Amino acid sequence: MTTSALLREKMEEGWNRPPVISPDGEGELLEVAMGPHHPSTHGVFRMDVALDGERVIRLKPVFGYLHRNHEKIAEGVSYLASMPYTDRLDYICSLTNNWAYALAVEKLVGQEVPERAEYLRVILGELTRVQNHASSIGFLIQEMGASGTPLMYAFKEREKILDLFEGLTGSRMMCNYMRFGGCRVDASPAWLDAVRKVVDELPGFADEFERLLCSNEILMARCQGVGILRPELAVNAGVTGPMLRASGVNYDIRKVDGYGIYNRFNFRVPLGDHWDVFDRFMVRLLEMRESIAILNQALKEVPGGPVMDPKAKIRGFRPKPGEAYGRIEAPKGELGFYLISDGGPNPYRYRVRPPSLINLTVLEDMCLGSNVADIVLIFGSVDIVLGEVDR
Amino acid sequence: MLGEGILKGMAETARNFAGSFVSKERLTTVEYPEERITPAENARVFPFLVYDSADWEAGMRCVACQICEKECPPKCIYIEKSKDKKPDAVGKPQFYPTRFDIDISVCMSCQICVEVCPFEAIKMDTEFELATDDRFGGLLLDRKQLAKSNQYYHRIHPTEAAEVDARLAEEKAKSDAKAKVAADAAAVKAAASAAQAANSAATQEGTGD
Repeated sequence: MTTSALLREKMEEGWNRPPVISPDGEGELLEVAMGPHHPSTHGVFRMDVALDGERVIRLKPVFGYLHRNHEKIAEGVSYLASMPYTDRLDYICSLTNNWAYALAVEKLVGQEVPERAEYLRVILGELTRVQNHASSIGFLIQEMGASGTPLMYAFKEREKILDLFEGLTGSRMMCNYMRFGGCRVDASPAWLDAVRKVVDELPGFADEFERLLCSNEILMARCQGVGILRPELAVNAGVTGPMLRASGVNYDIRKVDGYGIYNRFNFRVPLGDHWDVFDRFMVRLLEMRESIAILNQALKEVPGGPVMDPKAKIRGFRPKPGEAYGRIEAPKGELGFYLISDGGPNPYRYRVRPPSLINLTVLEDMCLGSNVADIVLIFGSVDIVLGEVDR
Repeated sequence: MLGEGILKGMAETARNFAGSFVSKERLTTVEYPEERITPAENARVFPFLVYDSADWEAGMRCVACQICEKECPPKCIYIEKSKDKKPDAVGKPQFYPTRFDIDISVCMSCQICVEVCPFEAIKMDTEFELATDDRFGGLLLDRKQLAKSNQYYHRIHPTEAAEVDARLAEEKAKSDAKAKVAADAAAVKAAASAAQAANSAATQEGTGD
């Protein structure tokens, strides 16, 4: 059968489908395709929604519009060559993606990371978390209808952090900075001073953001009690990150695994009480504060020394046969890379465990019974990047 | 009181709005084509090829080893190696690229070519205004368009270029020293063999007597 004939058949199948009857048997449900180009998705993502009046009866997420074959490409190129591709997964937090991949490869070959590189990684990872949470809150509020103001406040701060990234790594978003066994270039004292200056101003930004938003009645009315995610369901569905913590589950991989040097720092893990959209918003705001605390501690004690393991190889990198899973607490949740090596120059199997995709699987459970307008809000509170969902 | 939170938020925006008239720090954007922010020293856009002497073709550091072509993740580099060798800037005979193309519509500015290059021949540019109306030929840069002088490299990345120059000078000193040692050894050997020849000639003369 030719493609066009197949397409025609599929289309006719769609036209001739029997109508969906509402659960009480009285009327027909309205089926709405939200997306693939819905403004709230910040990418291409479709939600097949069945509505009874304003109420959501069914919601089917449809992924895959942005599929770029990341995993298969990585299996065909050298280990180093997939590092720049990891930047393009979650393009808002490229540095944490680099970190997770570098961690997986370091586990695979048993490489040590110098002290200074570990500190630089923590500093960059926490800066990434601050800018991700700030912009994700901004996007959430924008989806609520506050067209741009909070988002621009968040982006103003993000701009300063991106300037720091550019100063160190050469690129604002596609940093491609971390390497197996360290970091690519060393940070100059001037750069560290610039970071200190920005970090000193961050609490002021957090205060301003809180004054702007936290007591806003409209925001509370829209967010509180909406999109409840029960802790049992969150755990069973494998939800991680701020979403899980907003559901009251105390699980932060920085605490649980203590990867890198995170067990040296004092920080608290904010938890939600009501499991709704407002809690997810608040957990992100509070996590920004904790990230600032970690940054202050890390910046005090950056040691000297090299940033690369002297034994690390750039070319001709061939790990011994084996497998490894490296995971970190990315701003959106648990980001893991699973690698199998057969001793060749490229991985035999390369798998990404993306937090965005797995957090998105509970979307229907959160949306059932709420209004159409709340779908956008609940979707925004999940905090996804489609680059990571579809890979 | 209902609405207090909204008023509080509005006060915050009002403070920022009024503040933007007095404090320059609150103005976070610039009017781009007229005003420009100088790019960060480490900034990277697309690769270029460094040459040393005045003539770009003769002074090209690239020796067409094709490592960058192999390591480039999106495979945007295309190199043709020369059949003959030409002296490079130092005077050592080397292969050179008869063709070196980078398709910047494919390049993703990852800098891996720079990291793997053993000859410090390829570096990252900071030039970003590359818009063109020809999306095929205009974005496929050949070696003439890619060639930039070492002075240009010093201007855009001063610290990095100074480090590279120091490293190259050290390597050159090392290779010079090695060449000198080799030359000395050869000279000693030649002298020794000459002496031996003279000696044997003398012995021969002696036996002839």
